[in-house]
Amino acid sequence: MDLDHSPGVAAFRAEARAWLHEHVPDVPLPSLETQEGFAAHREWEAQLHAARWSAVSWPEEYGGRGADIERWLVFEEEYWAAGAPGRVSQNGISLLAPTLFDHATPGQRARVLPSMASGEVIWAQAWSEPESGSDLASLRSRAERTEGGWLLSGQKTWSSRAAFADRAFGIFRSDPGAAKPHQGLTYLMFDLRAPGVTVRPIGRLDGKPAFAELFLDRVFVPDEDVIGEPGQGWRIAMSATGNERGLTLRSPGRFLAAAGRLAALWREQGDPADTALRDRVADAVVGARAYELFTWAGATRFAAGGEIGAESSLNKVFWSQYDIALHETALDLLGPDAELAQGPWAEPWVFSLAGPIYAGTNEIQRDIIAERLLGLPKGRR
Amino acid sequence: MRFLPTGEQSEFARTLRSLLGAAQVPATVRAWAAGDHGPGLALWSRLAGTGLCALAAPEAYEGLGPLPVELALGFVELGRAGVAGPAVETAAAVVLLRELAGHGEEAPAKRFLPGLLTGDTLATLTLPGGSPYALDADAAGYCFRVAGAAPASASESAELWLAPGWEERLGSLDPARGLGVPAAGGELLAAGPAVSAAADTAARWARLLTAAQCLGLGEALLARTVEYVKQRTQFGAPIGSFQAVKHRLADTLLDLEFARPLLWAAALSLSDGDVAAAKLTAGEAAYAAACTALQLHGAVGYTEELDLSLWLRKARPLRDAWGGPSQCRADVIRSLPQTTATRRVTT
Ligand SMILES: Cc1cc2nc3c(=O)[nH]c(=O)nc-3n(C[C@H](O)[C@H](O)[C@H](O)COP(=O)(O)OP(=O)(O)OC[C@H]3O[C@@H](n4cnc5c(N)ncnc54)[C@H](O)[C@@H]3O)c2cc1C
Repeated sequence: MDLDHSPGVAAFRAEARAWLHEHVPDVPLPSLETQEGFAAHREWEAQLHAARWSAVSWPEEYGGRGADIERWLVFEEEYWAAGAPGRVSQNGISLLAPTLFDHATPGQRARVLPSMASGEVIWAQAWSEPESGSDLASLRSRAERTEGGWLLSGQKTWSSRAAFADRAFGIFRSDPGAAKPHQGLTYLMFDLRAPGVTVRPIGRLDGKPAFAELFLDRVFVPDEDVIGEPGQGWRIAMSATGNERGLTLRSPGRFLAAAGRLAALWREQGDPADTALRDRVADAVVGARAYELFTWAGATRFAAGGEIGAESSLNKVFWSQYDIALHETALDLLGPDAELAQGPWAEPWVFSLAGPIYAGTNEIQRDIIAERLLGLPKGRR
Repeated sequence: MRFLPTGEQSEFARTLRSLLGAAQVPATVRAWAAGDHGPGLALWSRLAGTGLCALAAPEAYEGLGPLPVELALGFVELGRAGVAGPAVETAAAVVLLRELAGHGEEAPAKRFLPGLLTGDTLATLTLPGGSPYALDADAAGYCFRVAGAAPASASESAELWLAPGWEERLGSLDPARGLGVPAAGGELLAAGPAVSAAADTAARWARLLTAAQCLGLGEALLARTVEYVKQRTQFGAPIGSFQAVKHRLADTLLDLEFARPLLWAAALSLSDGDVAAAKLTAGEAAYAAACTALQLHGAVGYTEELDLSLWLRKARPLRDAWGGPSQCRADVIRSLPQTTATRRVTT
C-alpha cells in the first residue's frame, strides 16, 4: 500500500498545472445558470478542448488523452485547485458519455462525442417527470414507433441546464403493455430545439433558471438516436447512475479545493476563541481528506478490474452531506456578509442544498446501502 | 499508487482474525474485568507469536519493522474481537524504547524490548499531554511514566521512569479497563530531549493504534447489529426491513467506510494531521456505531449479560483515549499548511 505517484503521473500533473495557471480566467466567469454565463462557460469548454483537457479520460480519437483513473483524479485536483470554472458540459461528459462508451454504436460515438467535448453541444438529462422522481420507473412519457424513428410525447422536469442546452437524453415508455414498470422503456437522445419541444425554465431557490421543464408533443427522433436496444432503456440508464452518484459528478478535487479555501477563510476571519466553529472547519478539512482517500481506494479497486457498484451510494450520501456542512460553515464564518447574494460562497451554498435531492435522494441511497451492502431485507417502498 | 492493503497485509489481518475468532475472547474479557488476567495474558502471548509486537520494533532489536500499516491492520482485528488489556500501550512502549535507542539511549531498549516482543510481558505507560491514568498496570509487567512538559517537543527535556506500580486501581466505564495513577518515584531510566522526542512519537503511534481499534470495534458492533435486526421480528416483519432501522445502519457503515482510508493514510504518513484525522473519525464512528447498536437491540442491548455489552462499553473510552475528538480537531487545524485565501470560489 502506498500513496506515491509515478514520475509519469507527476509529469501529467505538472503539465495540467502549468496550462491551468496560464489559462484560468482571472475574474471568475458569471454564473453558468444565466444566459450570459452559459455562453462564457461554453467558450471556456472550447478552450479546454483545444488543449485536450475537456475530457481527459476519453480516448484520443474523441478529443481526450486516454488518461487512466489516477491521472483523471490528479487532473481534477489541479483543475479545482486552480479555481477553474464549473463544468457546463458535465451532464454530457459524466452522465451520457459513459453510457455511450458502454452501449452506443461506433457511429453514434463518432457523431456525438466530439461536439460534446468541445462544448458545441451541451446536453441535458431528461429522466425525471412531475409524477416520477424517486420512483423513476413509474415514468409515463411515451415513445411511439413511426416511420424511421420514434415520436416522443409527455413531460419531463427539473432538467438541469436544459434552459440553455442544445440536446437531451432520457428514457421513454415504448411498450405501455409491458408487465413491469421498468420494462418496455427506451433510451433516446433528442434535440431541444426540434419541432414539438417546449422548454420552460424553472427558477431554483435563488431564482436562477438552473433547470427546466420540457413539454414534448410528438417530437420526432430518428432510429440512429436510440441508445442500445429499444425496450432496454432501464438497464442502460441504470448502468450510468453509478457515475452520477459517485466519482464523476463530485471529484475529490472540488472538495479539497473548497476545504482549503475554508481553512484560509478561518485563518483570516475566524475567532480563535470560537472553538465550535474551529471544530467545524477541522471537520471540513478531515472530510475532504476522507473523501479523497476513499476515492483513491475505489480507484485502486477499479484499476484492478473492479466495478463501481453500490458503494457509489456511500459516496453520494457522503459528498452531499459534506458539501452542505462545508458551505454552512463558510457562511457562519462570514457573519453578516453571509447574507450578501453576491458573496463568493452564496451560490455554492444554494447549490449544495440540492445535493441530498438529486442524483437519487439520500433516502433512496440509504435503502441501497442497507439492502445491497448490508444485506438487510427489502421493505415496503 | 496502490491504495489498498497488499495481499500479504490482508493475509496477516486474516490470520489474526481467525486466531481471535477461535479464542473465545468474550470469556477472556469477562475474566479480565473480574481481575483474572490469566486467560487474557495467554491470548496476548499467542498474539505476540504472530509477530504483532515485533511489527513496532526494528530488526536491530529482533523486530520485524517498523511496519505501521501492518500494525494498524492488526489492531483493527484486536478492536473487532474486543480484546482487553494494554495492547496499544505495549506497542507505544515499544515505540518509545525504540525511538530512545535511535537517539542513542540504548540501555532501556536492550533491557525491556525482548520480553515485550515475545509477548511474555505487557507494558503500560503515561505520556505528557495524555491521560494521567495508566491502563491495566496490574496486568502489565512494566509501568512507564514520562514526566515532562506537554505536549512533548524535541527541544524540551523529559524523564522516563519505571514506576514502582500505581497508587490504586480505579474503575473505568469499561470494567475491562483498569485505571490507576502511576506511583511517583521508581527507577529513572533516561532523561533529556531524547525522551521528549521519543514520547512524542510514541503518543502518535498510540493514537494511530487506538484509531485502528476503534474502527474494528465499530465494525464488530455493526456486524452484530445487522445480524440481530435480520432475525428480530416485530409487527410481523424483521425490524431490519423498516426504513428507520436501515437508514441508521447505512449511516453507520458510511461513517466506518470513510474512516478506514484515513486510518491507512495515517499509518503510511504518521503525520500529526493524518493521525489526528484518523483518530477523530474512527473514534466518532465507533461511538456512533455503539449508540446505534444499543438502540437497535432495544432493552436486551442494555444488559450486561449480552456479549454486545463488551463492545458497547469500550466505545466511549476508546474514542477518548490518546486524544479525544476536540484534541484531534485542534491538532488537525494546527497541522494545516499556511496558505492564504483566494477570492475565487467555484462549484
Ligand atoms: C438541482 C436539481 C437538479 C436536478 N437535475 C435533474 C436533471 O438534470 N435531470 C433529471 O432528470 N432530474 C433532475 N433532478 C430531479 C431529481 O432527480 C429528483 O428531484 C429526485 O429523483 C427526487 O425526486 P422528487 O424530487 O420527485 O422527490 P420525491 O420522489 O417526491 O421525494 C420527496 C421526498 O420523499 C422521499 N421519498 C420518496 N420515496 C421514498 C421512499 N421510498 N423511502 C423514503 N423516502 C422516500 C425522498 O427521499 C424525498 O425526500 C434534479 C433535481 C434537483 C433538485
